[in-house]
Amino acid sequence: MSLLTHTPIPERTPPEAQAMKIQRRQTRRLKLFEPALVQMATVRSFAMLDPRNMARNPVMFLVEVGWVLTSIIAVGSITAGAAASTIVYQIALAILLLLTVLFANFAEALAEARGKAQAQSLRATRQDTIARRIEPSGESVEVSSTELRTGDRVVVEAGQVIPADGEIIEGLASVDESAITGESAPVIREAGGDRSGVTGGTRVLSDRIILEVTAGPGESFLDRMIALVEGASRQKTPNEIALTIILAAFSIIFLIVTAALYPMALYHGIRLDIPTLIALLVCLIPTTIGALLAAIGIAGMDRALAANLIAKSGKAVEVAGDVDTLLLDKTGTITLGNRRATLFMPMGGLPERELARMAAIASLADTTPEGKSIIELARHSFELDLMAPDGSRFIEFTAQTRMSGVDLPDGSRIRKGAPDTMTEMVRSRGGRIPDAYQETVDAIASKGATPLTVTSGDDIVGIIKLEDILKPGIRERFARLRQMGLRVVMVTGDNPLTARSIAQEAGVDDFIAQATPEAKLAYIRKEQAGGKLVAMMGDGTNDAPALAQADIGVAMNSGTQAAKEAGNMVDLDSDPTKLIEVVEIGKQLLMTRGALTTFSIANDLAKYFAVIPAMFVDFKALASLRALDLMGLATSGGAQSAILSAVIFNAIIIPMLIPIALKGVTYRPVGASALLRRNLLYFGLGGVIAPFLGIKAIDVLIDLVL
Amino acid sequence: MDWSFFHPFWAIGVPMALSIPLGRLMARLLDPPAERVGRGVDAVPMFLVRLFGHREPAAMDWRRYAIALLAFNASLFVLSFAILWAQNLLPLNPDGKGPLTALGYKDAAGVQHDGADTAVIFNTVCSFVTNTNLQHYSGEQHLSYFSQLGGILWLQFVTPACGLAVMLAVIRGLRGDKHLGDFYLDTARGVVLVLIPLSTVLALALVANGVPMTFDGAVKARTLEGAEQTIAVGPVAAEVAIKQLGTNGGGFFGPNSAHPLENPTPWSNILEVIAIILVPMASIVMFGRMIRDRAHAAVVYGVMTALLVAGASIAIWSELHPSPAAEGLPVATGTNMEGKEVRTGAVAAATWSAITTATSNGSVNAMHDSFQPIGGLVPMSLMMLNVDFSGIGAGFLNMLMYVITAVFLAGLMVGRTPEYLGKKIEAKEVKLAMLAILIHPLLICGGTALFAGTAWGPATVANPGPHGFSEILYEFTSASANNGSGFEGLADNNPYWNVATGVVLLLGRFPALVLPVAIAGFLSHKKRVPPSTGTLRTDDLTFGAMLLGTVLLVGALSFMPAVVLGPIADHLSTAATNP
Repeated sequence: MSLLTHTPIPERTPPEAQAMKIQRRQTRRLKLFEPALVQMATVRSFAMLDPRNMARNPVMFLVEVGWVLTSIIAVGSITAGAAASTIVYQIALAILLLLTVLFANFAEALAEARGKAQAQSLRATRQDTIARRIEPSGESVEVSSTELRTGDRVVVEAGQVIPADGEIIEGLASVDESAITGESAPVIREAGGDRSGVTGGTRVLSDRIILEVTAGPGESFLDRMIALVEGASRQKTPNEIALTIILAAFSIIFLIVTAALYPMALYHGIRLDIPTLIALLVCLIPTTIGALLAAIGIAGMDRALAANLIAKSGKAVEVAGDVDTLLLDKTGTITLGNRRATLFMPMGGLPERELARMAAIASLADTTPEGKSIIELARHSFELDLMAPDGSRFIEFTAQTRMSGVDLPDGSRIRKGAPDTMTEMVRSRGGRIPDAYQETVDAIASKGATPLTVTSGDDIVGIIKLEDILKPGIRERFARLRQMGLRVVMVTGDNPLTARSIAQEAGVDDFIAQATPEAKLAYIRKEQAGGKLVAMMGDGTNDAPALAQADIGVAMNSGTQAAKEAGNMVDLDSDPTKLIEVVEIGKQLLMTRGALTTFSIANDLAKYFAVIPAMFVDFKALASLRALDLMGLATSGGAQSAILSAVIFNAIIIPMLIPIALKGVTYRPVGASALLRRNLLYFGLGGVIAPFLGIKAIDVLIDLVL
Repeated sequence: MDWSFFHPFWAIGVPMALSIPLGRLMARLLDPPAERVGRGVDAVPMFLVRLFGHREPAAMDWRRYAIALLAFNASLFVLSFAILWAQNLLPLNPDGKGPLTALGYKDAAGVQHDGADTAVIFNTVCSFVTNTNLQHYSGEQHLSYFSQLGGILWLQFVTPACGLAVMLAVIRGLRGDKHLGDFYLDTARGVVLVLIPLSTVLALALVANGVPMTFDGAVKARTLEGAEQTIAVGPVAAEVAIKQLGTNGGGFFGPNSAHPLENPTPWSNILEVIAIILVPMASIVMFGRMIRDRAHAAVVYGVMTALLVAGASIAIWSELHPSPAAEGLPVATGTNMEGKEVRTGAVAAATWSAITTATSNGSVNAMHDSFQPIGGLVPMSLMMLNVDFSGIGAGFLNMLMYVITAVFLAGLMVGRTPEYLGKKIEAKEVKLAMLAILIHPLLICGGTALFAGTAWGPATVANPGPHGFSEILYEFTSASANNGSGFEGLADNNPYWNVATGVVLLLGRFPALVLPVAIAGFLSHKKRVPPSTGTLRTDDLTFGAMLLGTVLLVGALSFMPAVVLGPIADHLSTAATNP
């Protein structure tokens, strides 16, 4: 939000509307295994078997190579007329390896499909509309919205759908953006200010605007984000690359271990079965995380989309988890919109009720939020029946007089305005200034509130105290942020005194008072010089440098094109509290990766105990290794069923973990150590124990079936 | 009361207590602030460095530091090779030892080959340049005094100092220093200010216990039966001292500290076992001092100590059982005394075996080959992990690679891009750390597979079945971990073993030193992120558990199949035949 100009803030959503908005968002949120998407993903998971595609993922590529080798060996066994049990075993292995690859592809394809569906739903209303393009000659021509290109000018009138993303260059209109934000109240969009951005697919409700198209078909932010989740152009994020290196390194270690096992067994006079070695390798390499890694990344973007956030890169979502400092605008984020009247302070013996009545009547024609709050307070405190008598004449606020009020038919003149102006007026007219007046004004101002002086005739009769009201629950929210390790900085145009008092009340860590865009930029640079990552939200053109400088710059969709280009995310709801959600999505993304990697590697211990004894029990030289068969697999159903059980577990754990990969591991702001303990317990220790139980259960089932 | 049960407490407790003051002192002496460089005691190493033409301490970045390390070691290699090759022409050879190349060997078919075998020199030089001291020869039989002192002893001082120097450089990088220091000066400081004073004290104490220190030739003695016996002596005390203190392990005599002239009394035994682990422990204390994060260093120290105590306990437990071979025989059974010295006993031997393999020292006071299978598994496992205090400098660097891996995974699990000591761990660092971790299993599994699958291995083992496999596995593990202890039994002095283990020694040493320097170099340039409550803590028990878990899991997963085919199969089959 610009800090120089006090542009009117759109109506803050009352609680019911907020709840409705969340509800709408949730209905748009997809079911995890939406049948249509599952079908799409299933088909795609076969197409993704293309080795050129698989090579992007070294772990799963290795599985695919293992599958091909096993299949060749199985075919060889059939032609050579091997024992039926050998052929069945090898074919079963080949099928399981193929399934492992397909499950991985399915996870990725499903995340992709969900992302696309999510994005599509955000622009569901953007049909092919008729646009009235203004030609260079000045006349308007009707064209299809798909023909619009960046830089075209279009005129849109009440009742028409805005044909493309653009920036208003002329006029003002109320726009229904419910199609993308889910918020039913219309918003004002106007040329020149910081709220000049409009989105294609939304509807103009009143007035007429001329806008310049900022994105042709397929170029909008939404289109860019769809491209980000689509396989072809998806780039690995830095953290994803680092993790892939770890997974590749583990795969190489296990490749060495399994490859070395063959000659090692030769020492004992044992010739090991190649398909079994491939099975061991596939069990050991981190297939679980390898299969889900891409899906986790895409799901992070899906979650951002579900929160009506358009990220311009996968990296942006990831970096959000690292943010150390949040720059939050005071108005709309920390406090409820504008100041509100909280107290009537009568002077000179006037009853409080009378002051309230006078102030409220004087405010009847006042449409500012402050004015409305005065009426509300008066109604609420004294149950006044407020009707302006016929013949009342309202005096509107002007920049010259800096006061407003009413002249009643009975001759009384009520005015309200800033204390200095009012004092001057009263003094010049020789009116009465109560003794405690100046002290009270100073006392109110020093507490960060705003005094408003009320006069009747020429005399000062009282003061209205206007205060910034903190949003309910904001203190708790900040406490949560602090638990997450974030510093919250309040940005406000108020003077330092007012800013300090609100900062204290809200419990923020620091504030920037009388903030200019330059001051914001300087603050961000200062924080970054100290090694911190900064996130901020903004909408105005003069916010653009700060948005570009911040590590996470979230531009409001209502903001100017410059701001939207400068930031690395766009918030369709234009909701300043969205920053907090952004950080949580980022953290969740990294946590899910870490947790599933740990789980995947911890699983290997049990697989060793399943496969290694099974490999050797049938050979006399090492039959004593049966003692390592802790799960009693080879003893109950033979060596091959033990190996198959491990491979089956290894394959089905992938689809079983898809929900965690797509929804993300729950983030709790409990501090890093507690979080680590929790995840280590669930995914580390759990990862060691779960496969022992799972493999045993599968083996029992196999033995029952065969 | 059997006092030997107190031995492990002395052997681990005393060096722990001494490591704290020594570590602090090392931090002060080895990493002096700019204004104290070249002043006071630092003048001595400074003087040595100036002999080589340095005027002022160099400000090396990681590349220059790594190149200096490699160049210096390459010249060490050439020089030592020349000395061993020409030892018969050089002075200080009172017993007239011939050239080492004339050793001869038996090939896989059992045919004796006499004459030229440069492979043994290659192996010996690799072994001493890498601070390993795997010996495929027997010192007192084959080396002249000049070779012992000029070739071996000199390397025993310099190579641990090289490891320590690299450790200093890496810590400076982690700390965010602009440059990593001067390799030559750091090495000289390590030799002059740490290793020489400590080994002088130890050598004197050993002489007091009866260890010989002389330049005279072998002593001729007449035994009770009247036979004549030649007793090899020499500058033993000096070499034993630095062999213990410098995680070297290569003894003057073939049987190492099991030899009565290297380790004559229980007192010399306790002194020597303390000396093995003292400097490696102190170096972790120094690390904490230098990065000004003692809690993090304490976590690392704690994880290492936990591994050591666990290893020692298992080894002691195993060796307190009588040998299965003696069971059912009409003899008194006690602890497993096969291959152990009566003057040290089973507990001290098992304790020593754990400490010497935890630290990549490799000196022995008993034959590990004769341990029970599980007892023999302990030294092998500790070398496979290779992070338990381990070689001076090198052990810390190995552990650092695991710390980076653990930090990466744990960092993700707390929802942040992983940071270590305030520096972001990214793809570049992860790549190098994983490469460093990967080399160790590659060398061990690859080497063992090669020798187990071909005739080279089976023909040289002393025992059939799994135990023979363990001998091969142990040799490669010891070489890759730069430990140098032998499972013995293995007829390893032939060109195949000499070349293979020589190559493994070099690959086990230098990448493990250079890769961490590169990581430190990258990290030193990164901005330090101030910690917040959302930052992963590396100084608490949770991280300690994470680190221990990472080390054990990666170790178990990399080596379990090999271990199963060796010591575990050995154990299970012995258990099966002797119910």
